[in-house]
Amino acid sequence: MPFKIAVASGKGGTGKTTVAVSLFHFLLKEHTPNIQIIDCDVEEPNDLLFFHEAEAESEHDATQLIPVIDNDKCTYCRKCVGYCEFNAIVVIPPVNFAEVNSSLCHSCGACIVACEFGAITEHPEVIGTICNYRIDGHGILTEGRLKVGSAMQTMVIKQVKQHALKDADVIIYDAPPGTSCPVVETVADADYVILVTEPTPFGLYDLTLTVDLLKEIRIPFGVIINKAGVGDRKVHEFLLHEEIEILGEIPFHRSYASQYAKGEIFKNIPGEIETQYEQIIQKLIVRST
Amino acid sequence: MKEITILSGKGGTGKTSITSAIASIVSNAVFCDNDVDAADLHLILHPTIKEEYTFSGGWTASINESSCIDCGICTDHCRFDAIHINGHGKLEINPFKCEGCRLCERLCPVQAISSVQSNNNYWYVSDTRFGILVHARMGPGEENSGKLVSEVRRKAKELAIASHAGYLINDGPPGIGCAAISSITGTDMVIMVIESTISGLHDARRLIELIDTFSIPTYAILNKYDIDPLSTEEIEDFLEEKSIPLLGKIPFDDRMIEAMVEGKTIVEFDDKLNISRIIKDAWKKLESY
Repeated sequence: MPFKIAVASGKGGTGKTTVAVSLFHFLLKEHTPNIQIIDCDVEEPNDLLFFHEAEAESEHDATQLIPVIDNDKCTYCRKCVGYCEFNAIVVIPPVNFAEVNSSLCHSCGACIVACEFGAITEHPEVIGTICNYRIDGHGILTEGRLKVGSAMQTMVIKQVKQHALKDADVIIYDAPPGTSCPVVETVADADYVILVTEPTPFGLYDLTLTVDLLKEIRIPFGVIINKAGVGDRKVHEFLLHEEIEILGEIPFHRSYASQYAKGEIFKNIPGEIETQYEQIIQKLIVRST
Repeated sequence: MKEITILSGKGGTGKTSITSAIASIVSNAVFCDNDVDAADLHLILHPTIKEEYTFSGGWTASINESSCIDCGICTDHCRFDAIHINGHGKLEINPFKCEGCRLCERLCPVQAISSVQSNNNYWYVSDTRFGILVHARMGPGEENSGKLVSEVRRKAKELAIASHAGYLINDGPPGIGCAAISSITGTDMVIMVIESTISGLHDARRLIELIDTFSIPTYAILNKYDIDPLSTEEIEDFLEEKSIPLLGKIPFDDRMIEAMVEGKTIVEFDDKLNISRIIKDAWKKLESY
C-alpha cells in the first residue's frame, strides 16, 4: 500500500505546489522511483509547469453522468423534481417541458429511481481531463484539469484520484486551496496531511480553519512554514500552543521566488532549502513506518 | 452603482491586499468577501458585526442503528460510497462523503435513515471604517460554497442600492470552479490580480477563458511584477492580445506584509509609498473607463 501524503493549505499562494513538487523531486531523486504526484487542484493545476521534460503517457476524459429526459415517455408527473435535492430538474406540465440543468446536477441517480416510466437515462458529459505523465523515466504525474465553465471540481478530483497507483511507495496529493468540499475530497484517504502556511495574519487565520477541518476528519498532520522570515511570529505561537508539529521552515529567498516565477525551481536550490526538504522527508519516513 | 469583482485564478496573488487598499481609496462603496472558504478581508477591515445569519448548507444523512435491518438497499444506491459497515458490523454513513441527495432516506424500507441540514455556515452584515462589509464564515468541509457566495452578494447588492453606494466591491475566491463562477455571474466588471509567475499566467489564462463566456469587461493589475521580468513581459503581451487594459504594475514590497501584520491597508500604512500611489493611480484609471 502506498503512503499517501496530501499537501494542503487554507490560503492560496502559500506554496502548496512548490512543496508538493519539491517533495516529489527529492523523493524521486534520493529515495524511491515508485512515486506518483496527483494534482488535485483541478481548477488551476500547476504541477506540470515545473517538469519541463514530462512525457505524456495517457489522457482520459473526466465525465459526469447527466440524466436526459425522453419527452415521448415522460408523463410530466414531476416525481423526479420532488426527488432532486439540487433543483436541477425543471418540468412544466402545461407546455410538456422537462429538462435537466447539468450545471446543478450531482449525478446522484435519484431521478432515475423516481421515474416510473423509464423516461430518464444517463449520458456522460465531459467535465475535465485526466492526464498521466512520466517524469525522469520513473515517477508519474497525474493531473486533473477541470473543463473551463464547469462547476464540478469535486467530481473531477474524485476521478483523478482513481488513477492512484496501487503499487507506488508514495503518493502525493496536491490539494486545492480553501477548506470546503474539494479539499475534503482530496485529503479524505490521505495517511498524512502537510499543511503549508506563511507567517502572516492571512496565513494564520486560514491555517486555523484548516486545522479545525483536519481535527474534525481526524487525519494526522504537520505544518511547513513557507516564506519563513517575513511577517510575524503568530503562526509559531499558535502551533506551539496547539502542540502541532512544525515539519520544517522554508526561508523566503527572493532569488528562489524568481526561479519559481520562471518555473525553474529545481535549478540552483539554495542549500538551506534543500536541507529543510531532506529533514522533512526524514520525518515523513518515520511517519510512514 | 457598479459591481466590481476582484479575481485571480491562482491563490495568494494579492486580491485581498488590493481590495483593502481600494477600500482606503474609494468612498461610498459596499464591500463583500466572496472568498467564503477562507475569508481574510475582515482581518484588515476589522468589522463590527451588526447582523448575523445562518446559511443552511447541504443535507447529511445518518442511519438509526436500532431500526436498521441491514438490507443494504441504501449502500447499493449510494453513488458517493458514503455508506459502509462500521466497527460493530452496522451500516453507517460517512458525513464527509454524503452528498445530501437523500436517495437512501427515500429508499429505506424501514425509515431508519434521516437527514439534517447543516447550519454550520454563518454570514454577517458589518460596519467598518470604510463602509458596510458583508462576509461569511463557512463550517469546515462544507458544501455549497457557490450558493453562499450568491447569498452574500445578493445581500451586499441590496445594501449597496439602498445606501446609494457608487460601488459594490467583491473580494473574490481563487480558482475557476463553482465559487468563482458564483462570484462572476452578473457582476459589472472584473479586476484580475495577476502575479508575475509562470503559474500566475497559466491560471489567469484559464480565468479569462471563463470570464469570456460571460462577456464581462475585464481589467488587470500585475502584482510582484519585478520578481520575474520575463513572466511580466509574457503577461503583458497576453493582456494586449486579449485587449484587457492593464491598470497598474505593483512591485514586490515587504511593506505589503508589514501593513497586513499591523491590520492596515497599504494606503493607511503609508500613503506616500510607491505601491500605494500605484494602486491609487490604478483606481483612477479604472474610474476613467
